[in-house]
Amino acid sequence: MTGALAMVKCLEQEGVRIAFGYPGAAICPFYDALIDSGIHHVLVRTEQNAAHAASGYARISGVPGVCIATSGPGATNLLTGIASAYMDSIPLVVITGQVRSDLLGRDVFQEADITGAAEPFTKHSYLVKRAGDIPRIFKEAFHIASTGRPGPVLIDIPIDVQKTEIPDFDYNIPVDIIGYKPRSLGNSLQIKKVIEALKECHRPILCAGGGVFSAKALDELRGFVEKCEIPVICTMMGIGLLPSDHPLNLGMLGSHGCVPANKAIRDADLVILAGARVGDRAVASPGQVAERAVVVHIDIDPAEIGKNMPAHIPIVGDLRLVLSELSKNCDWKAPAEWVEQVTDRKARYSKVEIHAIEGYVEPKSFMRTLSRKMESDAVLCADVGQNQIWSANNFAVRDGRFLTSGGMGTMGYSIPCAVGAKLASPKRQVCAVCGDGSFQMSMMELGTVCQEGLDLKIVIMHNTRLGMVRELQDRLYSCRHSAVYLDGSPDFVAVAKAYGIPAVAVSSNEEAESAIDDMLKNDGPFLMVCRISPDYPSL
Amino acid sequence: MKYTMSVLVENHAGVLSKVSGLFSRRGFNIDSLAVGITEDPSISRMTIVVEGDEYIVEQLEKQLNKLIPVIKVKALEPNETIARTLSLIKVSTGKGKREDVMRISELMGARIVDVTGSTLTLEFSDTADRTETLENLLRPYGIKEIVRTGIIALEKGPNATRPSKRPQ
Repeated sequence: MTGALAMVKCLEQEGVRIAFGYPGAAICPFYDALIDSGIHHVLVRTEQNAAHAASGYARISGVPGVCIATSGPGATNLLTGIASAYMDSIPLVVITGQVRSDLLGRDVFQEADITGAAEPFTKHSYLVKRAGDIPRIFKEAFHIASTGRPGPVLIDIPIDVQKTEIPDFDYNIPVDIIGYKPRSLGNSLQIKKVIEALKECHRPILCAGGGVFSAKALDELRGFVEKCEIPVICTMMGIGLLPSDHPLNLGMLGSHGCVPANKAIRDADLVILAGARVGDRAVASPGQVAERAVVVHIDIDPAEIGKNMPAHIPIVGDLRLVLSELSKNCDWKAPAEWVEQVTDRKARYSKVEIHAIEGYVEPKSFMRTLSRKMESDAVLCADVGQNQIWSANNFAVRDGRFLTSGGMGTMGYSIPCAVGAKLASPKRQVCAVCGDGSFQMSMMELGTVCQEGLDLKIVIMHNTRLGMVRELQDRLYSCRHSAVYLDGSPDFVAVAKAYGIPAVAVSSNEEAESAIDDMLKNDGPFLMVCRISPDYPSL
Repeated sequence: MKYTMSVLVENHAGVLSKVSGLFSRRGFNIDSLAVGITEDPSISRMTIVVEGDEYIVEQLEKQLNKLIPVIKVKALEPNETIARTLSLIKVSTGKGKREDVMRISELMGARIVDVTGSTLTLEFSDTADRTETLENLLRPYGIKEIVRTGIIALEKGPNATRPSKRPQ
């Protein structure tokens, strides 16, 4: 068997059904072997989107996403996608072809040191030197990507290694990596300390982040906060951990978050950080929080604890185990007065009236209508920019998911992410929301959507501006607008129609509402362009 | 303050660049770094001296541990550590200075490893402090060239930093 066939066999053994990629000369042996496998290959339109699509796939399926590219530019195009997955702790196995191993370092055609270039953004990487190592390396890669704190793992394979014959293929090998033994059980003494601290506190909150999704600990989180009646705020990566309308869910915190969440963390005397890394957008001055409150930090990655916010009670462990230990051993309830105070505030803010704007779609009420009309387990993929903030704060997630590029803030993420999400769960409604800026970073993927015949909904918040940067320039640069006018954009409806995708442009809330009905009724892809006021704020 | 870390790593190509890359991208300052294989040829030991505070050292330890080929990280206590650096120093010995340089070398416990009509080359293995003292003593005679290794260090006493498996 050739190395290339062994690569395919490894993927099959891992249960990989779908892979995203873009071929090229240095990965041809693998692509040739792929023909005879049961793995469905999705041809994206640029390699970066193969990584994003694999990310969307991983986030919905719960198993590592697989993406493939050739050497040189194929591999370097993947970098932004790899880095985005790394920042959001998404498990990926990234496979790149490489030039012949005897030519490495000679700067031959399409040669790039991709393991070197990707080093800061990968959990681990391999440059395969011997075909016989392929089964072990694939097994380790899937193990490393999906355990502990998940992340992307890169396997770079020279073309001659793919062509080399290996005598026998055995995937039934144990993984034993001496330097990689992630801890899963939380320290029971630390867990006791948390329970003691809870009993002494008056105003507890739990701040939930993307780590709870990674740990698949949604039920455990809900069980714990419901039993102890602890109000919950979430980071952008934590949206959807509790349904948006759950009484204890106060919404997203941070510079672009909502008032009830931000006031709750300001007033709290105990903060439990669960799988949240306290990024600067979530908490601008973490030191102040730690001065006011007892900080409990639960994370599987010891390096996150104490990195951005000092922690009084650190717990390293798998959130699923730690949270279920906590709820099992804690019979305490948060003071009703505190819970009432924060939930009343949430109710007050949710009643703030949003006014329609003449000649435009009002984006916040649009997102609320969209979430109301979509099925309860729908997946919303939000891009980056004002559209992300409108979506994050107004799309009510029930049993579905809210996917976005949280850490990296990568524009163009939503459409490829939605492609991956839809393929992971074809029965669920999937909608990508982007701006006219971010749409143009990924609009080539309409081709992928058509080729795969995906029933994908796309909404463009069209304000002819790079709205978030425009807002920044208004605030911090004396309203001097620099390079934020998106003149020269095409007629997006016509673009969609050129692909054979039904599309409509709307410029009022009423038009938008009926267009949403048409979009959701329509069995197949649909593109909707919402005309948004260029001056409309994110918050 | 300076901290000395003893780091056991898998003896693979590319591990050094993973470790040094981590230092630059997390903004840690390396004072010195020395690598060599250990009693187990599949494992190398890096001795890294960093300038920083407790926060930096804690972060460094955790970030190093995240690298898959890193097996064990230990911050060494200055008072409980034997630390050495090896130097080769080429000194000018023109105009009757040879005797002086030889006397200093003997006094400090350096070995003379190369002799020419106009130079002596000394080999010196000691602490960083004593190496500096020797340099200061030799400087008036004219140091032509110096090469120093990074600091290598081991814990005092019978304890050994060994690869240990963390709990699953």
